[in-house]
Amino acid sequence: MIYIVIGFLWLSICLYIILGGADFGAGIVELFTNKKARHKTKEIMYESIAPVWEANHMWLIIAIVILFVGFPEIYTTMSTYLHIPLVLMLLGIIARGTAFTFRHYDAVKDNWQVLYTQIFYYASLLTPFFLGLIAAATVSHSINPDATGFLDLYIFSWLNWFGVSVGLFTVALCAYLASIFSLRETRDKADLVLMIRKSKQTMIFVVITGVLVFFTAYISDIPLLMWIFSKPLGIMAIAFATIALLLILRAMNRQKLLPVRALAGFQMVMILVAATYQHNPDIILLGNGQHLSLLTHMAPPKTIAALGWALMLGSLFILPFLFYLMASFSKQRK
Amino acid sequence: MDDFIAARAQMALSLGFHIIFSCVGMVMPFLMAFAHWKYLKTNNEIYKGLTKAWSKGVAILFATGAVSGTMLSFELGLLWPGFMKHAGPIFGMPFSLEGTAFFIEAIAIGFFLYGWERFNKWFHWFCGFLVGVSGLASGILVVAANAWMNSPAGFDYINGQYMNIDPIKAMFNDAWFPQALHMTVAAFCATGFAVAGVHALLIIKKRNIEFHTKAFRIAVGFALIGAFGAPLSGDIAAKSVAERQPIKLAAMEAHFETEKGAAFVIGGIPDEEKGEIKYAVKIPKVLSFLVSNDFNAEVKGLKDFPRDEWPPIAVTHYAFQIMIFFGVIMICIGIVYLYAFFFRKEWLSKNWLLKTFLIATPFGYIALEAGWTVTEVGRQPWIIYGVMRTIDAVTPMPGIQYSFYFFTAIFISLSLILIFLLRRQIQMVPKLYDPTDSQFNDKNKKS
Repeated sequence: MIYIVIGFLWLSICLYIILGGADFGAGIVELFTNKKARHKTKEIMYESIAPVWEANHMWLIIAIVILFVGFPEIYTTMSTYLHIPLVLMLLGIIARGTAFTFRHYDAVKDNWQVLYTQIFYYASLLTPFFLGLIAAATVSHSINPDATGFLDLYIFSWLNWFGVSVGLFTVALCAYLASIFSLRETRDKADLVLMIRKSKQTMIFVVITGVLVFFTAYISDIPLLMWIFSKPLGIMAIAFATIALLLILRAMNRQKLLPVRALAGFQMVMILVAATYQHNPDIILLGNGQHLSLLTHMAPPKTIAALGWALMLGSLFILPFLFYLMASFSKQRK
Repeated sequence: MDDFIAARAQMALSLGFHIIFSCVGMVMPFLMAFAHWKYLKTNNEIYKGLTKAWSKGVAILFATGAVSGTMLSFELGLLWPGFMKHAGPIFGMPFSLEGTAFFIEAIAIGFFLYGWERFNKWFHWFCGFLVGVSGLASGILVVAANAWMNSPAGFDYINGQYMNIDPIKAMFNDAWFPQALHMTVAAFCATGFAVAGVHALLIIKKRNIEFHTKAFRIAVGFALIGAFGAPLSGDIAAKSVAERQPIKLAAMEAHFETEKGAAFVIGGIPDEEKGEIKYAVKIPKVLSFLVSNDFNAEVKGLKDFPRDEWPPIAVTHYAFQIMIFFGVIMICIGIVYLYAFFFRKEWLSKNWLLKTFLIATPFGYIALEAGWTVTEVGRQPWIIYGVMRTIDAVTPMPGIQYSFYFFTAIFISLSLILIFLLRRQIQMVPKLYDPTDSQFNDKNKKS
């Protein structure tokens, strides 16, 4: 049963990055679009996320609930030592979610829209940045419960170059996902050309920040290269992600849009596999040499069993309903 | 401000706000679905406009409730890691089910808001109704988790260890049903009165009278179910508290001495030091009767409990009094309305009746907040009643006061912008939602 729970945890993180990430990316892409094309971009982005955006963010809640029910020590370690970045990420989630709703549902469209939009943009940037930073902190041995002093315990546990670069990489991934995701929402050739150009720009950003991650890992003595390239699965994941990238480029050049979404989603899965598989089942590598593992730091078996059943039962209700929602709206648009 | 107080203040504030957002989010969909059902039955376009107007409110409040709920799921760990480390696996079951309910709600809201003229009309109606059902379910599940803190079950606490964990038993603890029932009823009451009050104001101002009268009647219907259900469910809740947490009951009533035939205390100023209450109205034997259906039953007083286990008496007592006071007023308003409805139809359009509802707009929420204060403050100094003290659960991180200021600012600005937005929705009623109004814009028919 524990593997089912871990599977759901991984799946919800994965879906949050893909779907929630595309959501955040929508804001980021809009922010980095020049004024002339911004309105167009906004429309396209909005079309692609509006009906499902509430649901996309549920995946984070699911992941958090799985953590605190199934792996309480991991949850409490993170929330104690990563208190500050978690609060900042939370701020981003709140500001973004509400600004998005407000900008859409406000009955009167006036200058307030400018404010909502600004909040929406910067919160879209802030949230994935801290999400990446937090993820980086869990594996970079920077959380040290044996440390003394406020700075070492609560600041340097997350503030370091590797964390910042993973944060930027996450931002880049979100923007990339959003631009790829929106390709199929375009109405005419001009829109499509615009969005293809955007996708290529974000792709370059992904590659640059990706290199930055390896570089900062190297200078921070984090054996990232060894983690990824020492096991066949890691190498395969990276290879698949690269092939997917080439296929996406090719499909885009031919303006064949059907496979690009699936390929981009697949790419994210592969990146996540490469990033998490190596130290599996450890999830937090602490600065004092201890590791918190999904298998040894789990809740008692009865809790895990109940959680596993709740998740399976829940997905039985949720998944068909969610797919129907997504399918019916993408059909409606055509 | 020390870290412990700051953490408690932040939690109280977050819950206080979240309760408002989530209660509206739980009940508004039912009002909306009811108006929608009326539209489908009567084909009266006003009901359709009303459904749309309310659905925008639901969307805005759902989003706010969702983010404040997300904040809470983080805050549990950020502020109380000592608690979550042990409690998570025990009381987490309702939270994992709540995730499902909430997810369904989010999907259903997507179907409903974007589904006008796209789906079979009854499927569309059902989605709106489902928003309410799943919202209600998630509310009940979260209350079940809170109830576990009042009535810990499903584990054995041996030498500081939490053994033999059974999450199902923990979920169905003794307090879950009375608490969830009272909470649900109170949510209907509070939201019903609040919505009715807003529409009453607009009728008084003579704006879109037919539209707002229809809205007002539906809202009052829900409010009355809540107002009359509250004392019944409250009685069940009080009996359950008396049995499980006699010290909380004693604090609610500022009941210091153990006695038989205990009096029900109304008002008064409790003096914790001297252990007495001054200037109170006492109704003999009623407290004994209320908690055990026996006028001469013994009710334990605070002095029979260790001094360091007393909850803050004054806060608990005043909060309880406030809840009862507003509860009684709402029942009286309800009785007057029903009397008018059955025997004096002409009263229904009278300004004084509408003004009464206008004044009562916040009453339900005041009572609701007071009720939660009783539940939460009355549990202190325990976070898990009788097992873990709140002070042992707080985060080791210093500087929580800044976090408290920060979250206060967030909640205040969220609330202000929410009020601002809802006002603007109301202002737009003639243009967007009332098809009988001369300003009604045909272009908006489809939005």
